[in-house]
Amino acid sequence: MVNYNELTCHELKEKIDNQEVSSEEVINSIFDRIDKIESKIHAYISLFRDSALQDAKVIDSQIKKGETVGRLSGIPIAIKDVMCTKGKFTTCGSRILENYIPPFDATVVERVKKEDAIIIGKTNMDEFAMGSSTENSAFGYSSNPWELNRVTGGSSGGSAAALAADETILALGSDTGGSVRCPASFCSVVGLKPTYGLVSRYGLVAYANSLEQIGPMTKDVTDCALLLSIINGNDHCDSTSAPFQNKSYMNALVSDVKDFTLGIPKEFFGEGTEKAVEKGVWDAIHKFEDLGANYNEISMPHIAYSIPTYYLIAMSEASSNLARFDGVRYGFRAEKSEADWDEVFGITRQKGFGAEVKRRIILGTFALSAGYYDKYYLKALKIRTLIKNDFEKALSKHSALITPTMPTTPFKIGEKIENPLSMYMGDIDTVPINLAGVPAISIPCGFVNNLPIGMQIIGRFFDEETILRIAYTYEQNTPFHNEKPNL
Amino acid sequence: MIKVTKNPTISKKQVEHVAWLARIELTEDEKEAFTKQLNEILDYFKKIDEIDTSNIKPTFHVLDLVNVLRDDKIEPSLSKEDALKNAPQKEDSFIKAPKIL
Repeated sequence: MVNYNELTCHELKEKIDNQEVSSEEVINSIFDRIDKIESKIHAYISLFRDSALQDAKVIDSQIKKGETVGRLSGIPIAIKDVMCTKGKFTTCGSRILENYIPPFDATVVERVKKEDAIIIGKTNMDEFAMGSSTENSAFGYSSNPWELNRVTGGSSGGSAAALAADETILALGSDTGGSVRCPASFCSVVGLKPTYGLVSRYGLVAYANSLEQIGPMTKDVTDCALLLSIINGNDHCDSTSAPFQNKSYMNALVSDVKDFTLGIPKEFFGEGTEKAVEKGVWDAIHKFEDLGANYNEISMPHIAYSIPTYYLIAMSEASSNLARFDGVRYGFRAEKSEADWDEVFGITRQKGFGAEVKRRIILGTFALSAGYYDKYYLKALKIRTLIKNDFEKALSKHSALITPTMPTTPFKIGEKIENPLSMYMGDIDTVPINLAGVPAISIPCGFVNNLPIGMQIIGRFFDEETILRIAYTYEQNTPFHNEKPNL
Repeated sequence: MIKVTKNPTISKKQVEHVAWLARIELTEDEKEAFTKQLNEILDYFKKIDEIDTSNIKPTFHVLDLVNVLRDDKIEPSLSKEDALKNAPQKEDSFIKAPKIL
C-alpha cells in the first residue's frame, strides 16, 4: 500500500505520467494526511482542497487523452504565504493582511502553474518574514514534526514542516537572512537560496529587497533541482532580476566530487555552535574527502560583523517596504471617526502589526534618520562590501564552502522569543550569504537525539550547478534524507 | 530594586519620535519594552564601530544592474475593478482615504 504523500516529486511524476496513480488520488492522499496531523503541526494558514481537486481532475483528463502536460503535472505544491496567489488569501502571517486577496499571481506562482503543479495551500510563516522560528506568526506557531515542542525554524517554517510531515510534495519559501535554509535545517529537508536575481521577486511581498530570494524547498536534491529549473530566469516585471534566460539544472545531478576543493571557513564554527552540530558537519567534510574531494580550513575575517550588518540593512529596508501598509488601498484599517490620516495610519499599524515587525520598523527608521544614517545604515553597507569581498576571495580558490546551516539543533518553542537579540544571534551562519548575494543550499547531514543537523553548501555567483552537484553526491552516499519523523 | 541606568543609546523620547516618523502608535507598555529591547540590540550593534571602513565603498546592490527600462508603450494592466477589490473604503471608482486636514 503506497502512501503517495510520502513520495518525492520525481518518484510521483513518473507514476502520474504512466497513469499508475491519478493526480486526484495524490491530492486525496495529501489531504488525508493533513486531516490526520495538521492539528499537531499547523504548517498551513490556508488550504485549498476544493480547487486542488478541481485542478487535479483537469490534469487527469488531459493525461488520459494523451495531451502534453507540464513538468510538474498533478504534483501538489505548498506556497509560503508571503507570495501572491491570485484570488486566494495572502496574509504574510499578519493581521494587517488577514483578508487580503491579491488580484495577481507572483511570477513564480505563474511559472509553477504553467507546469501544471497543483497549489494546495499557503504555509505559515513569521510575520512579514521577520523571524527565525515561525513563532512570530499572527496565526500561531508551527511545530517541528521531529519533536512537537520544538520550533520549525523560520521564517518559512510552515513550508519546511509540511514537507517533513509529508503534508505536501513540493514547497516554495523565501530567504532574506536564512528563512529557507534555517527551517530546512531544523526540519531535515532541502532548501536552496538562489543567487540574488536568479528568481523573480515579482509578487513576493517585500521585507528587505536587496537581500531576499524565493527558493525551492523539497524532500531531496533532485526535486530541488527540478523546482529551481522551473522558477529561475529573467522577469521583465522584476527590474532586479538577472538578465539570464530560464535554464535547467538537471545536469547538475551527478554523483561525483573528485578533485573538488572545499573551503571550510572557521568563523562559521564559532562560539555558540553546538558540539554535535560541529561534529555532524565535520563528519560530512570527511565523507567528501572519502569521495575524492579536498578541503582547506580558511578564514573570512569580516563574518563576525554579519549580524549587525544584516539587521541594520534589513530593518532599514523593511521600514521603507512596510510603509505601504496604511489601511488605504488594501488590508486592515482601524476605524476611528473624525480621525485624520496620521491617526488612522498610527492606529492601523499599531493594531495590525505584531511586536517583532514594529521593533524592526522602528529600528530601521532610526538607522535611516537624520544624524544616524551615516553611523548605522551607511556603515553597514560598507561592511557589506567587506563581507562580499571575503566570499569572492574564498570562492575564487574553492569550488564551494561548507558550514553548518544553523549553530544549533531546533530549540524549544518559547525559549528565545522573549529575547530578540538571542534570536538574531542564531542567524550567524545564514545572513552572510544574503549580504554577499551568493547561492547556498541546506541539506540534512545527521541527527543528534532525533533532532536534525543541517549542512550548508555555499557557491559562487550563478553557480547553483556546483552546489547542487555537491549536495546530490552527499545525498547519494548517505541515508539522512530517507529518515521520516515519527508522527 | 535600584535601577542603574547607563547612558542609553536610544532614549524613550527618541523611540516615541521614531515611532511617529514610522506612523506607528505605541502603547505605554510598548514604549517601555521597546526602549529596553532596542537599547540591548543597538548596544550589540556597536560592534560595527570596530572596523575601519574609511576607504570602503558601500554596497547598495550585489548585482551590477543599472536602470532597467522599457519602452513607454501602453501594455495590459490591472483593471479598475481588480485594483479596488481590496480597498477597505471606496466610493464610485475611488479609494477613500482618511481626511488630511
